[in-house]
Formats: sequence, C-alpha cells, structure tokens
Amino acid sequence: MRVKVLSRNPDDYVRETKLDLQRVPRNYDPVLHPFEVAREYVRALNATKLERVFAKPFLSSLDGHRDGVNCMAKHPKSLSTVLSGACDGEVKIWNLTKRQCIRTIQAHEGFVRGMCARFCGTSFFTVGDDKTVKQWKMESPEYGEEEEPIHTILGKTVYTGIDHHWKEPVFATCGHQVDIWDEQRTSPKCSLTWGFDSISCVKFNPIETYLLGSCASDRNIVLYDMRKSTPLKKVILNMRTNTLCWNPMEAFIFTAANEDYNLYTFDMRFLESPVMVHMDHVSAVLDVDYSPTGKEFVSASFDKSIRIFPVDKGHSREVYHTKRMQHVITVKWTSDNKYILCGSDEMNIRLWKANASEKLGVLAPREKAAMNYNQKLKEKFQFHPQIRRIARHRHLPKSIYCQIKEQRIMREARRRKEMNRRKHSKPGSVPFVPERKKHIVAVVK
Amino acid sequence: MAEQEAAAAAGSGSDSEEGEDGERRHRQLLEAISALSGRKRRKLAERSEASGQVSEFNVSCKGAGEKLLLSELLQPIHPKSTLGSVRKELARVKQKAAVELPLSKEEAKRVVREAAYVTSSKEVGKWQQVVLQNRRAEQLVFPLRQDIATVTPLERVTSAWKARTPLEQEIFGLLHKTQQPITDPLLTPEEMASVQAMSLEEARRRRAELQKARAVQSYYEAKARRAKRIKSKKYHRVLKKSRRRQALKEFEQLHKSDPAAALERLEELEQLRMQERMSLKHQNKGKWARSRAIMAKYDLEARKALQEQLARNKELMQKVQVEPPEEEPCEVPEEDTTALPMPSGANPWMLGKPSGLAPEPEAQEGPRDDTVPGAVESKDEMEEEEEELSEEEALLQDFEQKRQQRTGNPKGHSKDHGADETETGAEQPRDSPVPPDCAEELRDSPVPPVCAEELGDSPVPPDCAEELRDSPVPPVCAEELVSAGLEPPPQAQEELLLSEQLRHVKTMEDMESLAKEELVEEQEKLVALRPGKRARQQEKASMSVSRTGDRHTKKAAAKRKMISLEAVLDGKPQEMDCSSLPVVLEEEEGGIEQRGMITEAFAGDDVVADFRREKRKAEEALKPQPVNLVLPGWGEWGGTGLKPSAKKVKRFLIKAPPAPPRKDQHLPHVIMSEKRNIHAAAHQVSELPFPFERHQQFEQSMRTPLGPTWNTQRAFQKLTAPRVITRAGHIIQPISAEDVPDTAPGSGARLEGEAMPGRKAVPRGKAGPGGKAVPRGKAVPRGKAVPGGKAVPGGKAVPGGKAVPGGKAVPRGKAVPRGKAVPGGKAVPSGRTVPGQKAQPRHRRAR
Repeated sequence: MRVKVLSRNPDDYVRETKLDLQRVPRNYDPVLHPFEVAREYVRALNATKLERVFAKPFLSSLDGHRDGVNCMAKHPKSLSTVLSGACDGEVKIWNLTKRQCIRTIQAHEGFVRGMCARFCGTSFFTVGDDKTVKQWKMESPEYGEEEEPIHTILGKTVYTGIDHHWKEPVFATCGHQVDIWDEQRTSPKCSLTWGFDSISCVKFNPIETYLLGSCASDRNIVLYDMRKSTPLKKVILNMRTNTLCWNPMEAFIFTAANEDYNLYTFDMRFLESPVMVHMDHVSAVLDVDYSPTGKEFVSASFDKSIRIFPVDKGHSREVYHTKRMQHVITVKWTSDNKYILCGSDEMNIRLWKANASEKLGVLAPREKAAMNYNQKLKEKFQFHPQIRRIARHRHLPKSIYCQIKEQRIMREARRRKEMNRRKHSKPGSVPFVPERKKHIVAVVK
Repeated sequence: MAEQEAAAAAGSGSDSEEGEDGERRHRQLLEAISALSGRKRRKLAERSEASGQVSEFNVSCKGAGEKLLLSELLQPIHPKSTLGSVRKELARVKQKAAVELPLSKEEAKRVVREAAYVTSSKEVGKWQQVVLQNRRAEQLVFPLRQDIATVTPLERVTSAWKARTPLEQEIFGLLHKTQQPITDPLLTPEEMASVQAMSLEEARRRRAELQKARAVQSYYEAKARRAKRIKSKKYHRVLKKSRRRQALKEFEQLHKSDPAAALERLEELEQLRMQERMSLKHQNKGKWARSRAIMAKYDLEARKALQEQLARNKELMQKVQVEPPEEEPCEVPEEDTTALPMPSGANPWMLGKPSGLAPEPEAQEGPRDDTVPGAVESKDEMEEEEEELSEEEALLQDFEQKRQQRTGNPKGHSKDHGADETETGAEQPRDSPVPPDCAEELRDSPVPPVCAEELGDSPVPPDCAEELRDSPVPPVCAEELVSAGLEPPPQAQEELLLSEQLRHVKTMEDMESLAKEELVEEQEKLVALRPGKRARQQEKASMSVSRTGDRHTKKAAAKRKMISLEAVLDGKPQEMDCSSLPVVLEEEEGGIEQRGMITEAFAGDDVVADFRREKRKAEEALKPQPVNLVLPGWGEWGGTGLKPSAKKVKRFLIKAPPAPPRKDQHLPHVIMSEKRNIHAAAHQVSELPFPFERHQQFEQSMRTPLGPTWNTQRAFQKLTAPRVITRAGHIIQPISAEDVPDTAPGSGARLEGEAMPGRKAVPRGKAGPGGKAVPRGKAVPRGKAVPGGKAVPGGKAVPGGKAVPGGKAVPRGKAVPRGKAVPGGKAVPSGRTVPGQKAQPRHRRAR
C-alpha cells in the first residue's frame, strides 16, 4: 500500500547562499501573463532606447605621432599591443591597456608605407619610401643597445605595401611589382607582374595561405597564386581600389575599398560581379579590415569617418566620427572582436568599441541574460517603425550629412535620367544594369 | 570510226561546255589518236602560258606550286628493293603530325593563368560547405578552436608512476597482493565478473528488491526495538501467546503436509501444555492473581483480567481428547466458513461467538471450550496488539503477505486470511469503546467489517490497522462477494486479484488509477447498501467506528464525485474539439460561398436587405461594450450558484462612453470600416520585412514571446542565445583546416552535416525564415493584438497578401481596448470580411 503524504524537499525552495536568488515557483499559464506582444514591444522599445543611450563607442585616443598615421599592424599574439607607422617614418608600438606608447623607432626616411608583424609575433617588417624593407624585433632593445633593424633589404623601387605569410617565413611586398621574399634571403623568391602600374596593396589569404590579392593603380584587383608563382585573374573596376582585405572565416571572400566611395565584396571564384556593394561613405574609402569573426568589417574613409558594415548588408550598421578626427587612413579590428583602432591624418590613433553600446568588463549572469534578451527583442521588433527609427538614428557631422544628401540627390537624378532615357528609346536598347554590375569594367583572364 | 566517235564526242562537248573544257577534250582526242597509231610518241612540252619558272630544258613547270607528297616519292620504290626498310621508316614518319608553332608569350601566360585560376578556385571552393554552415549556424562560438583542458586518465597516470620509496613499494605490494585495482574501473576481479554477469535491467531490478528488503528490514528493526522497550507484562504475555498461536498454525500446516512430523510436533505441544499446566501459573493463587481478586470488586479491568486468567486456567486444565487426525483437515474449511456471516447460524462456533463477546464471563467460556485453544489465544492477543500495531507494521505485513502471495502459497494464505477474518470479527467490538450490543449488531449485519476497508485508503488509525494487515487484498471484494451471497472458495482472494488484473490496462499508472477507481466504486455500493441496513437496525449512528467509517465513505464518495466531474470535464471538450470546431468552420466558409453563389444566382433578390443587415452587424460589432468590474465574493458571500447582488452589478458595471458617430452614419449604402486606428498605424509594420515570405510567418514570429515571463528558464536561455559568442581576451585566429575536424581541406568534399567545432547544435525548430517554433507548444493563434500584424485598413491591400478568410476564428478574443495605442493592435475581426472592400460591389449590384 502506498501512503501519499505531502513532501517538501528543501532543495526545491531553499537557496544555497543568501546571494542566490529566491526560487520562486512560476506559473506559465498564458492566461496569467496576458498582452505578451505588447509588453515585449515595450521592452524592445526600451532596450533600443537604452542601446542608443549607452552608445558611447569612443574609448581613447593614442597620441604621440608627429605626423599622420599611415599604417598599423596588429600583434598576432598579444591583444594589448599594436604597431603604427607614421608619415614621417616613425614607428610606434602601443600598449592598449595602458594606452601608452611603449616604443618609438625612427624606421624610415619619408613615409612608412606599410608594416606587418610576423606570424609568431617576435618581429615585424616595415617598408618605407626610402626603398627599404626592414625587419625589427618586437621587444625593445636592451639598455645601451642601439635601436637597429634585424635585417634591411635595399630595393630598387619604392615599396608601397607589405604583408606576411600566415604560417611560413615568407612575406610579400608590392610596389612596382609583387615580390615574394624568403626571410632569409635578400632577393625576392619570385616577382609577379601583370601590367605596369604601381601596386598599392598586397594581402595574403589567411586561410588558403598561398593566395594573394593585390590592387593596383590602374583600377584593377589582381589575384596571385604563390605556389605557381603566377597571377590568376584580374578585375578592372571603374575606379581605383585602395586596399583589400580577406575574410578570415570565408576563404574565397574579400572586400575591396574603392575610390568611388564604395566597398565591394567579391567571391574570388566569381569575379564577374561582386557579391555585395557596400555604399555609405561619401568619400574615397582608404582602408578596410575584417572582424575576426568574419561577420563584419570596418572601413576607414577620407570623409573623416569609419563605418562598420555587416558582410551581407549593403549599408553600414554604425558610423563613428569625432570632431577632431580627420581623414582616416588606416583602420584595424582587434583580434578579440571587441575594439576598433583607426589611425588618421591628425596624428592620432583612436580606440573604439566595435559594439557601441556594449558594456565593458565582467557581466553578472543576470546582466548577461538581460543583455541577450534585449538583443533578441531588438532583433525581433526591428521592423517596427518606431523602434527602427530609434535604432537607426545616428548623429553625423554636418559635412558628411550634407554630402550624403547631395549623393542621394545625385543618385536620384541619375536614376531619373536613366529612366527617362529608357522611356524615350527603343525598348530593350537601354538595359537595366544591376548595381553590382555597374562598377565592373572587365575581368581579364 | 574512232575519229567519228571523237568528233561526236567533241561535238557533244562543244554543245555543253566552254573553252577550257574543250581544251581538255582536245587533248584527250589527241591521246586517243596517238593510241590508235600503237606507238608511243614522245610528248613535246610546250609553253602554253606565262610562268615565272621557265626551264631551259623544256621541263614543264606545271607542278611547281604543288606540294610534293612523300607517298609520291615513295611510289617508284619497289617493295622488293633494298630501299624497303627506308620506305617503312618513312611511312612511320608520315604518320606523325607536325609540331605546332609555339604560342606567343602573352597567350602562353594567359593559358597558365587560366589553368592556375581554375585549380585554385576549385581548391578554395572546398570551403564552400563550411562557409555556408557557418553562415547558417544558429550560434557560433569564437575562437573556433577551444583549448580543452585534457584530463589524462587515471590509469595512464598511475601506470606512468613508479613506486620508489620503500613505503610506497610496501603499499603497492599490499595492493597487488589483494588484487586491489589501481586503474580506472576501480573494481576487483570478482566485482568485474559480477558486473559482467548482470545486465542493467537485472541490476536495476535487483537493486529495487534490495532496497525494498532493506526498508522492510529497517521496519522490522524499528518494530523490534519498540517491542523490546515495552515494559508491559501483558504485552509480553500476549506476545508469547501469539507465538504459540503461530506455532499452532505452523503445526496445522505441517499436519497437512507431513502427518508424521505433525504428530511429533503435537507431542511437543502437549508437552508444552503440560509444562504450562504444571507451572500453576494460571490459578488464582499467585501474588498477582490474589491482588487482582481483591481489586476485582471495584475494578472492572481487574475483574476482566482475573476472569481471563481463570479461563486460561480452565482451558489448560481441561482434559485433552486426542482427536483423530482426519478431523483436522475438516476443521480448516470450517474455519473458512466461519468467515461467512451466515445468519442461519449453522455453525455453533459462529453462533456462540457473539454471545461470547458479551462481558459475562460464563457466556465467554462456553464457546471457548469448543474451539481450538489457539483461536482463543489469538483473540486475546489481538486485543492487545491492536494498540501496538501501527501503520508501519501494517505496511510491513502487507508487504510480507504480498511476497508470500508472489511466492505462491495460496492455500496457507487463504487459510490465514480466513482465520484472520474470524479474529477480526471476534475482537473488533471488544476493544472498541462500543457497547457490546452494538458490536453485536455489527457482527450480525451481513457486511461486518465495512469500516475496515473504508479506512483502507485513508491514513490508518491504529485500531483499523490490524484489519488492513490481515487483508492484503482490498477486503471489499471479498465482502462484496459475501454480500452477494456467493460462497468464496478458498482461493477467492486470488481470483479477485486476477480479475482486477484482467482489466485492459497497459501501464502501471493505468493500473493504479483503475484500482483506485474500482475501490471507490465498491465503496460507493457499500455506502448505498448501508443506510438501509442501519435503519433496519434502529441503532444510533453515534458509534465511533461506524461514524469514522461513514466519514470515510463520505470522503470517498466526494472524491469519486470529483473524479467523475473531472472526467467529464476532460472528456467532453475533447469530443467537442474533435468534431464540432472544424465542422463549424467548414459550414461558415461553405455558407459564405454558398451565399455568394446564391446571391449571384438570384441577383437582385434581397441584396439590399442583406447589406442592411450586414451594416447593422458592423455597427453592433463596433459599439463599445460595458466594462464589468464586478468581483464576485468581494464584500459578500460568493461561490457556485451565487450571483453578485444587483446593487453591486449596478455599481461596478461601467458603461462605456458612446462611440463617436460613425462616418457612414449618413451614407446608407456604404459601410465604412472604423477598424483602422491611425494612432496605432504609426506603430505598425506597414510592409512585409525581407526574410519573411508570408505575413503569417511574420505574425507568428511576433506572437512568440521570448521573455522569461512566458518561458521557462531553459526555453528563455535557448530563445535568447546570442548568434555569435566571443570571449574577452581571446584571440580569434582565422579558420583553418584543423578547425574543421572531419575532413582536411586537402581531401575530398566536406559533408553537409558535418559538425563544426565551436558550434553548438541548438535545436530550435525554426519553421521558416522568422517563423520560430513556439516554445510552449501553443500553435493556436491567440486572438491578441499583434504588433506588426497590420490592421487591414479600409481598402488598402497589404503587400503580404492579407486575404483574411471569411471564417478566421479567433479562439480567445482578447480585444485590445480601442483607446489604447497598443503597438500594432491587430484587430481582424473573427468571421468577418473586410467591410470596406465588400460594400462597394454589393452596393453597385443593389443599385
């Protein structure tokens, strides 16, 4: 026979410490919790508002350079270290946690055109206007020791960019041609040329590391294969591409920052048209860097702002600017996906949060849960006009704002004109050209 | 003749062909003529046309421009000549094609580039699957390669470790000597064997058994401890008696199985009896007996005790007739029959017993003489035992008996039971504070121990525990049979058990519930039987036992009622759900269609009236409803069947303010929808957002709440899991082949379903883009305001294709108050079409 008795297990309702939450038995009967949509809507609205309230992305400015910052490099092993090269040939190494410059090197005469760190983080390379490639130790010299490069390679032409292989002691420079160097040798392993114009940027693919991408002044983007030491394909765009960056999570995707204010994301297998055209800048885009998660990238522009684009969206989700920030020449997304660094003309490096309203520091579990919930609510109700209005709202400096307006008008005029032309000409003679195809001039095999 | 032919030929040729052809014919003619002469004439070459290559030896330069073929050169060589081998070689050379010209440098480079591009893009394309997976992933955790702190297994550590110090060696020596396992499965070989021998099922069963046994043991221990602590001499006496009784029982059994052994036992028993008798314990000469005798005058208890003593003495002193062994088996059924309350009273023992219950000692003595001494003892024992017995004991005994049943001892059990029943019958009235007459009444009634089972499922008071103990099977069944006048065979109990089990039940829970139900049913029957009997017995209902019984029956009845009510509640709506709802919908839809068809068929029949009706309906629907704020039971009595007073209703029924005048007030032929709330429209989604394909998807996604208010903690966590998780201070490296564990990018194609590191497979049944699975299994749309679900405005076609079907039933209409600007207060009325759109054509038709 079974006797039923009331039984209460203290484990069910007694908390272990007084810091724990009281366990409250809940009744999830929907009748008891009515108006869920309306309530969640209000929560979403509040979350959106709070997000805007707390959106304070600017963290600090690292000043110390005596000329515009021309290039930057991330330390591959240390999150707190960042390197920057200025237009006066000075290289500085910064400690981000202390927000201090920890080392200064007069590396070149004239511009430091490019710099990159070795994959192991023990040394870094710089190229400058003085036609040299220099390799430096990452740690500062001992007391009394001279600040000297480990190696110096004297070239015949000016190098405009450098990138290091992700796994092997090989680096590539660009200038008159793309040279691939062995670290141990003073002459390039191979030189890759295609065309005669100067190449402004060369980048190794981080996943399929034998692939290289470069962009030249004659408006084209060229891909190379290091193993076969041959170029692969060339895309000619309407205007010149300043930089490109490979997606660190998707081997065949790269994004090119173009002079025509746009960024183009390409799939290297289908170069006939870009996967996505990202347009929001109102001046030439000078630099681009992917977030380490490969979901977003940040672009620096001549219009004195940086923007964050989702990879699969045509428009930016965020724009950062300050009054004092001038033309942004270089930008980097830190390897922990949390911060963005940008170096600009007015000699400063600025540190931004990648997620403007994110709370830095350790979050309590409840805080984290609330944050996640708010995030989801914002996602859920993002299409509602009031919420979208708040979420989209950004302040812009007047110059950019006006330029955007101007751009819009121009685009509209162009569209109208095309429409009119189409209307008044033989049907089919004025074809519809999708935006993606518009900017591609040719693909050269 | 030939000439003629030639001429004819020439003539025919000149007819048809031109000069050049004529020349050829002319030459042919000449040849023909020369052939006629039979002698070979050397042909003289002559220059017929201007040529750059003029030979002085009259050599014709005819073939100068033609290509010289190798075969032609080889023609003259005879197969037998010495140049045969040369010819063969040359033939071989002839078969080889000529080497093509090398490509130009540009083109060569292009070809190389193209080939390289194709191969490298193919290689890169191997990442396609991974990339797609990562893009689609519900959640990605970065860095992809999590450094898992590997824990080296214990055995590896221990195997690597060597005992060095003497102490360690000693310890290890000991361990090894006893074959104590050091490595991971910390089991001795024996344990291992046992583990292997036992399957999981078996082990579980065995564990359960062991647990039960342990519990039982602990109960027994507790009981024994308690019993040991009892100081009452009476109790111990009784205990002894009970033991004796037990022995008797055993003896009976033994008698059945092995008469010879039984005889021996009998001898022993006789010896014991004699000893007891010799001890003169039970005479009234002892110290205690004398004191009792003094007290007996004043104290009823003492008198009783003394009487008992004397009775015992008498019983002991009684001369024993040595019964023939055949008589014994006869006695068993006799005992069984005693369990039957037979009003005829054929059994003298049975008849005598009730009278023996009377306090008069002389009356008591009578039946005792007839019966076996054990029976009397048992009776004595019970009366005391009742006090001691508790629920626990009842449980234990129950358990024991069940076990006994299981092991299969039906005979003994049934006999036991029979005996027990007689006992219960015997002693129940005794210790209860019931006057003997009423006890008698109880006894006489054909259903004597009703109370026993009635108490059965309630926490058992001690006095009833015994009955419970004695009847492991719900005694009701037996009782019922008895009351029905059936004679229970010795195995009646078992059969009933079986009959219970024969019911069509599948699970254990079913069985339990069924059993309970049946019990309750039975009790109800009994309850139905009882009042009549009680009335017949003209006895007060103040008897505690019967009262308790009554109470319990009442309770049971109430319980039963509740259950039945629940059953009704459970059952009926389901039926309704199944049958009527869809039917209704169909009817509605069909009705509208039909109506449409009919109106078309009988155009101009009564459309105007229809329209008017519709308009009236629309007006009615939009009239503000009074708000009922009456709280029943607030300030007055409430409950089922009680309605709040009119005063209250009057006070708390708030009349809604009159609605603003309708726009179509003065337009008799138009229905203008008042549904669209321009204030709310500003908060609503006006067009279907991108990933959604149909507005239903979008509405569904809106309807699913995410918050902890509506979801369990678990579901909440799952619903709000972020898409990308990064860890502060961790460097996220680019993806590499090692991050994709199954297939290195160098080898074959990646599979679709391959697991990615750092990806949690979060099962979140997504119905479609945005169409999220409802976490609470609530697929039924709740007629509630859906922000985003756009209210269908008068004539505006929503891009999502919001064709609200005529019969869109909103199950629980929770209308959002109109005044409130609830975001997206979607108010698609149930069972209505959009009025503004419909009115026009109808109206036109009406005209």
